[in-house]
This record gives sequence, structure tokens and C-alpha cells, in this order.
Amino acid sequence: MMSQTFRWFMNRGIYMRRLGDERTYSAHIDGIDEVSLVMLSAGEIPRELAAGRLHFGVTGTDLVYEKLPCRESHVESVIELGFGRASLVLAVPDFWIDVDTLDDLDDVAADFRARSGMRLRIATGYPLLVREFLNKAGVADYALVDSQGATEGTIKNEVAEAIADITSTGETLRANSLRILSDGLILDSQATLWRSCVAHFDRGETTVASDFLSRLKI
Amino acid sequence: MPSRADIFVEANRLLQCFETAGAEIVETSILQPADVFLDLYGEDIRARAYTTADALRGEQMLRPDFTVPIALMHIKNARRQSRYTYSGEVFRRQEHNALRENEYLQVGYEVFSVSDEVASDAEVFALFAQVLAPFDLKPKTGDMGILTAAVRSLKTTEQRKSALMRHIWRPKRFREILNRYAGRTPISDYQAALITRDVANLDFPEFGLRRRQEVYDRIERLRQDNDTVPISEIEMTVLERLLEIKATAPVAIERLLDIAKDLPALSSSIERLRLRIDTFDAGGIDVETLAFEACYGRAKMEYYDGFIFEFMSETYDDLPPVATGGRYDALMRRLGAGSEISAVGGVIRPSLILEVSQ
Repeated sequence: MMSQTFRWFMNRGIYMRRLGDERTYSAHIDGIDEVSLVMLSAGEIPRELAAGRLHFGVTGTDLVYEKLPCRESHVESVIELGFGRASLVLAVPDFWIDVDTLDDLDDVAADFRARSGMRLRIATGYPLLVREFLNKAGVADYALVDSQGATEGTIKNEVAEAIADITSTGETLRANSLRILSDGLILDSQATLWRSCVAHFDRGETTVASDFLSRLKI
Repeated sequence: MPSRADIFVEANRLLQCFETAGAEIVETSILQPADVFLDLYGEDIRARAYTTADALRGEQMLRPDFTVPIALMHIKNARRQSRYTYSGEVFRRQEHNALRENEYLQVGYEVFSVSDEVASDAEVFALFAQVLAPFDLKPKTGDMGILTAAVRSLKTTEQRKSALMRHIWRPKRFREILNRYAGRTPISDYQAALITRDVANLDFPEFGLRRRQEVYDRIERLRQDNDTVPISEIEMTVLERLLEIKATAPVAIERLLDIAKDLPALSSSIERLRLRIDTFDAGGIDVETLAFEACYGRAKMEYYDGFIFEFMSETYDDLPPVATGGRYDALMRRLGAGSEISAVGGVIRPSLILEVSQ
């Protein structure tokens, strides 16, 4: 995501570059010394924005939505950057031909629980978003299983019966004989520039921020 | 905001009231095993309760309510009859509303018995009415038993009834399913194709715990369900009239009796309601103005399955109810109690008493 972010800013006349070799995490913006560029893992940026330790940050919609339940009071979206597009989707094995919608999934969950005594398990790294989504749809009798990678393999390994994961092309899902439910789109995500609503902007920082945004023609 | 010290003083006063009324004071741990709550409420409880864990005891929850630990304690005590009172903190995650408290005191009173259900309903309600009398609160009552009796009486398959019962606490979903069973919403094109085509030869690979046979079995069930006679418009109208009831107790009973003419299966649960209201009346409660809603309490994720009540402030109507309670016999069954145990109780939030009496 870093190189795409650099390219996006470069196309708008802001030149960001890494200092040192590709293993170092310090960076710089040419010509704007008042802005310090911090390189962080995309998953940590929501927290830093919400804590007010960053004024601006670039990260995916999915991570902000998952990590900040009260995001409206912590961050606001400045502009969507148009790359890093991916969707959080709910998927089941292809051979579950009887399951097309969340309504089917709910019915199957009840049946699965009656047969096995166990709640239907859904593996995901996005518990908050998935729980909210299923709650709104009235799906009951499921349990979430934490999965921080290789989520598509959890069903074969019998640690889950369905998954909710991020996909951009659907290729990995297809390769693992998984199919997205027809109403299984939880969230469309892309790289987005966020502003912290919590961070303090002193007079100098306010000027720098508006100068920075006007360079981006926002 | 009342101070913490004042809230503890008020909690203690309420605890004394309940003790004087004949309850035994009991304590429960703040850390509760998570599996009991997860089994009862499902994944949704994680959105409402704080979870923590250690390597030895596994996942635990900061007590999200007292009812479950008290009920388990009663089952373990193996007594026929008990009255318990308690005071302590409960913890609820509040991730969407910073104004709601995530930790607050509750003082409760629970009656477990094998005797007369109506008498214990009346005992609990009258006690709460008496304890809360100085605070100008308005009580509201309901009865989940009437709606469940109506669902059970529908002329349809057991499978459909159990699907409706399963979602009785989710009004929107309940309505969707009901509409489908009444033939008001057609089945999807996908499902229509699924039940008409031959699916014996599937070349998708089979994996995971849910087996291919379960897929076939469900398709067969869908086929049978599709051939089921829809729930009649007459029954739908009766259910709708029932769900709309929002009146004073005497008027509500009149309307229910009227509905029972079309749905005789409701008679015994209406009779129980009438008996309860009569017992309230005999106990000095003003039943003429007592609010009754047939589907009150349904939208909250709770375990009450019979009589339900709350006490709200009309002046401070943005506050949550000061007291809530009800009957939870089904919860007792699920926790492993014998079928004869009847359970009813309620809780008061002392902080809210202080807020409404300012």
C-alpha cells in the first residue's frame, strides 16, 4: 500500500520518499518540513488517529470500521484514494448449494446446532463488523472464530464452517471452493485519507494542514 | 450524576428492603465463565459483555447480569424454594454510546419456587411497586407467554413453529419469516430452482464438518416446506391484532378475550394473565391504569418467557428503566433445572433512583 500511496500523492505534486533502504521505517515529504511522515502498519493507524497521536493517516476503510466502533467521533474521511479496493464478504463451501442467502445461513445454523450441539462457526479477522452485520440480518446460533490469516483454509481444517474475509478478486475464495453469499457483502473497502477529529491542531498545524490539503486540491 | 458513595448507600438501603421482605442476601463472583453466557445468548453477548481470559480457566466474562449466576446457584443449592437478594456491579460494553454507563450497580430480588406461579409474579411485582412507590415511576407490563402460545397454536408444521419461536426475540426477522410462511413473500428464484432440479450429481468437493448429506436433507426439507399450506390470512390477522395490543390491563384483557374467540388456544394464557391482574388488584395495585403491551420487551435480548415488567420515569424519559424484571422458567430449564422450578425476579439500578429523585 505504501508505494501506491506515494504514487497517489506524487500525482498531486507531493513527493514522499523513504529515508535509507527499504528496511527502514522513516520517511520524508520533500519541500514540506512542517509535516512529519510516520510509517506504521495499516492496522495500527486507526488507533493512532483515534488517540489523536496522528493528524492524518492513510489506511483501509475496513480497518477503520473494524477498530473504531465510534468512528464518527474519532475520524473523518478526507478523500478516498481509489486503490487497495477489497470487500469483506461472507462465504461458504461451493457444495452448500442450499445456501444462497443469509436467511439460508441462519436456517442452516439452527439445523447444524440441533445436529452437532455446536454453533455454526464463522472464521474471521473482523469480529466487530461481522457480528454487527449478522445481528442486523437476524442470523442467530453462530459463533465467531478468530482467524488472522489463511482464513480460507479454516473450513477444510474443520475449525470453522463458514468464513468472513477480505477479497479483491475472489481468486483465493474460488481456489478454495468457496462462494460468496448473494447478500454476503459486508463492506466495500479502499485506501482512504483520514483526518483525526481528536488530534489537537495548534495555529501553526492548522495552517500546515490547510496548505497540505489545498495542495491536494481538496 | 450521583456520587459513587451515594449510589452504594442507596443500594444498601434497597438490599435491606429486600432482606426485610424475606430474602436471603447472596453474593456472586464478578468473573463468570464465558461459556454459560455464550451458550445462552450466542455471539451477540460478546458485543455486550467484557471478555477476558487466562491460560488456566479460559475465557471469562465480567458479570453482565446477575440472573444467570443466581439461577445456577439456586440449582446447585438444590432447594425447593428460595428468595434471594443481592447487590453488586454489572458490566456492559457501550461502544456506540459514550453516555451510557458500562459499569453500574444492580440490586435484585429473585423468587424460586415450585408453587403457584401467579402468586410469585404478584409477590415480586407488588414488592417492586412498594419499594419504588416514593419515586413517581410508571410501571409497564407484558407477557411473553401469550405470544408464544399464539405461535404454538398456529395450524402449521412443527418446523415452521420452531423457526418462529427461535426468532421471537427478533421482531423484524420474526415478521419476515411469518410473511414467508403466510405466502405473502414468494420464495427466491434461486430456491425455486433448487427445489425443482435434480441435485444428486454434484461435482463440488465436499469438505468441512457440515456434510453433503446435510445439504441434501435440507433441500428435501425445503421441498416439503414449499408444499406446506400457507398460514391463513385469518390466523395472520389474529396475530397482528395480538401484537398491536397496547392498553391498560383491563382493556388489554378485553381485547385478548375477543381475539381468543378466533384463537381458543390462547384461553389458558389469557386466564393466567387475568388471574395475575386480579391478584395485583387484590394486593392493592392500581390495575385500572396499569400499562400492558402484548409484545413489550421483545426487542431486547432477554430470557423472560412469561410475565415481564419495568418501571420508568416519565419525567426523565431519556433514562433507561429504573427497574426491570420478569419470569424466566425456560432459562431455568436450559440451565439444567427440573421442570417444576418456577423463577421470577427483577433488578433496580440505585443510581437511576438517585437521578430521578433529584
